[in-house]
Amino acid sequence: MATIAQTPEQRLATAAALPAAIELDGINKHFGPVHANRDIHLTVRRGTVHGIVGENGAGKSTLMSILYGFYTADSGTIRVDGKAVTITDSRHALALGIGMVHQHFMLVDNFTVIENIVLGAEDSALLGRTLSKARAQLKQLATDYGLEVDPDALIEDLSVGQQQRVEILKALYRGADILILDEPTGVLTPAEADHLFRILRKLRDEGKTIILITHKLREIMAITDEVSVMRQGAMVKTLITEQTSPGELAELMVGRRVLLRVEKGPANPGKVMLAVENLVVVDDLKVPRVKNVSFQVRAGEIVGIAGVAGNGQSELLEAISGMRDQSLGQVIINGQPVSAFGDDGAARLREAGLAHVPEDRLRMGLVTNFLEWENSILGYQNDYGQGLGLDVAKAKAEARERIAQYDIRPANTDLKSANFSGGNQQKIVLAREMERNPDVLIVGQPTRGVDIGAIEFIHNQIIKMRDAGKAILLVSVELDEIRALSDRILVLFDGQIVGEADPATADEGELGLLMAGVHDNAGSTDAARLPEHVTPVEKTLTEMSPLPNKDVQQ
Amino acid sequence: MNYYTDLILILDSTVRLAIPLILACLAGLYSERAGIVDIGLEGKLLGSAFGAAAMAAVTGSAWLGLLAGVGVALGMSAIHGIASINLKGNQTISGVALNFLAAGLTTFLGQSWFHRGGFTPQLSGDQRFGPITLPFAPELASVPVIGGLYSELISGHNILAYVAFIAVPVTAWVLFQTRFGLRLRAVGENPKALDTAGISVTALRYQALIITAVLVGIGGTYLSIAQSAGFNNNMSAGRGYIALAALIFAKWKPWPALATCLLFGFLDALQFRLQGVQFPLIGEVPVQAIQVLPYLLTIILLAGFIGRAVAPKASGIPYTKER
Repeated sequence: MATIAQTPEQRLATAAALPAAIELDGINKHFGPVHANRDIHLTVRRGTVHGIVGENGAGKSTLMSILYGFYTADSGTIRVDGKAVTITDSRHALALGIGMVHQHFMLVDNFTVIENIVLGAEDSALLGRTLSKARAQLKQLATDYGLEVDPDALIEDLSVGQQQRVEILKALYRGADILILDEPTGVLTPAEADHLFRILRKLRDEGKTIILITHKLREIMAITDEVSVMRQGAMVKTLITEQTSPGELAELMVGRRVLLRVEKGPANPGKVMLAVENLVVVDDLKVPRVKNVSFQVRAGEIVGIAGVAGNGQSELLEAISGMRDQSLGQVIINGQPVSAFGDDGAARLREAGLAHVPEDRLRMGLVTNFLEWENSILGYQNDYGQGLGLDVAKAKAEARERIAQYDIRPANTDLKSANFSGGNQQKIVLAREMERNPDVLIVGQPTRGVDIGAIEFIHNQIIKMRDAGKAILLVSVELDEIRALSDRILVLFDGQIVGEADPATADEGELGLLMAGVHDNAGSTDAARLPEHVTPVEKTLTEMSPLPNKDVQQ
Repeated sequence: MNYYTDLILILDSTVRLAIPLILACLAGLYSERAGIVDIGLEGKLLGSAFGAAAMAAVTGSAWLGLLAGVGVALGMSAIHGIASINLKGNQTISGVALNFLAAGLTTFLGQSWFHRGGFTPQLSGDQRFGPITLPFAPELASVPVIGGLYSELISGHNILAYVAFIAVPVTAWVLFQTRFGLRLRAVGENPKALDTAGISVTALRYQALIITAVLVGIGGTYLSIAQSAGFNNNMSAGRGYIALAALIFAKWKPWPALATCLLFGFLDALQFRLQGVQFPLIGEVPVQAIQVLPYLLTIILLAGFIGRAVAPKASGIPYTKER
């Protein structure tokens, strides 16, 4: 295949001459009463990157599962390379050259990389022979596509980005020509995502066809040649990426005009509700992650913490909300210092008037095996006490109110939380924390993995809280979100606040430089301001931070 | 020399007592590695011990007895498989049910077939697996040190005992050197990884259960028609459970499993040996106190010396295909 880099037009022109890699014609799929895919037509050209966008539940994953043989379509035809096929199972899909990189990796954690790669595609009953053959092939793939992973490393020791590379290698090892990636960047840091895109471009230049499922429009714009938009199970439109815009795509996804900017009036800051003074937080390995951070949040304002993921945001949030003991410093709520030490730190902070929407709703915000109403009182169970028992009727009644108020779907208090979509799960957590009428609200990644319609709603709720005079601390890795919501932006880099910006006047370039650690006193980590015991480790940290990224040289 | 003979004798009975543990432990290894908790090992041991003894008593053939023993275990595994693989039921409950079923049914059938209070008739000759004398054992018996070792400890066991010892390296090889082993280990850790690779989780788990049944069936057979001369009530006496404990202790690995089973066998042998022995200062220790020794040590070992034992991750979780 041609390896010369081409422009998108050239690629599409070349591809038009070949039979399409995949052609779907009139695909329908029902799950009970739900019509998950309606009469889908889709053409994916050979040697291109084809994006599929849509909100959560638009039917993207179902469609790809049909292509990968997880489901069979109720009707319709699939053509691979111009030949009509009936894909009965994953094995068949693999045989047709279709490989899939799942959103949640399908890897065995305590196996080595190479064992995972050969699993299910062993070409001999004896492992020794299979592995030595695979090793040679893996080396070839690594040099061809820049997919370098140590074949003998255990999966559990690898970073998420590396694990994803193993998934890609798995597909390529099986001879995949068409690679489907389902929300590949959801779990990646920005640097890892960049690396992934470089790999994908390389794969495309080598003649592979890539289908990218995502709901991040920026990624679509950055890497795809063509993009198809799905909405409510139907394929709305297929566009050439160069000839469209994020605005148009967003509109097609949601079916109405979306405000990517949030409407909000000027802030009206009152007295200081949350003050953080000289906070130092070390992580589990005793490495300082937050270094002498001080700031204030006033009633009626939103302070956004911007920064590249992994620069101490999580530790900062965890310390302020009482989930992690701080090493030094103070958290003052409404003028009262509150100790966040010990297992009941979080409870004490809540009593003091702080509510917390954690960054990771699945790990910290919800018990996914609990029902909706159970999650909606989580952490506040004592308010529903009735002797030794629980006033279930009251809890459910309130849960129902919140469902209505926050438009949580499906409106069912007795449904397991795991069965709600990401956006609705997030609304359950938000509703629980916001409806406590806290003085201070801390929100981490409010819209991570949430679809556009819900994003808008969540943003408006946060603004509403602000206008009701609450002090809000917002942490997000999405710079757009920080800019849209915040009244003041603090930039966190390497555990320190390196700058403050006014969202109205700051431009993206300036913020980007701050987030990358380029500022007036760049390089100096200001050791003098740090407590003495932090300084020795400080040095090693500066050397290795931000986290090393084993990118291949381009 | 006297002590040496004593030692050889204790080691010899260690081996004899460890055989059913080794077989049951390896049996459990296959199913747990495949993600199926088999608490029913105890019941399967008991059931196949009864099946083997009954068949041997009726037909007069130890080999048909073995067939019956394995057959019973296969039948019980099939029930366990249907309940926990196809119907996605709770594996522990299914296993416990099998244990109750085996305890009740063996007594009931034993009584109604043989009318001896649940015992099967005394077996002898071809109805049992007799000891095999390895070449030159009698000739070497008089050679000091190695003679006793060879003729007493290594030679003179029955065929099933040798099968048990051969099963250990075979299992290690299958598990870590073959495609089947790789898939078996994977299905117990992350069945989805196999499913997406186009391999049937159900088929693989049934294959594991079949191997489990064969091994535990041999173990049960050993109990009633090789080690003993007939079946008696509840003759498995918790060995299935101890095998499971040994499996955890061995961290689901074949060679450590062998070592652990031998250790448990040794404790058991020591217990027999110590009965009625006069200890300095204490005098004679009551039989019950000595009998409790192996169990006590099991608890101590399991509680204190095991370190981190991580079970196969998907163990005990029925696999549901979902998206």
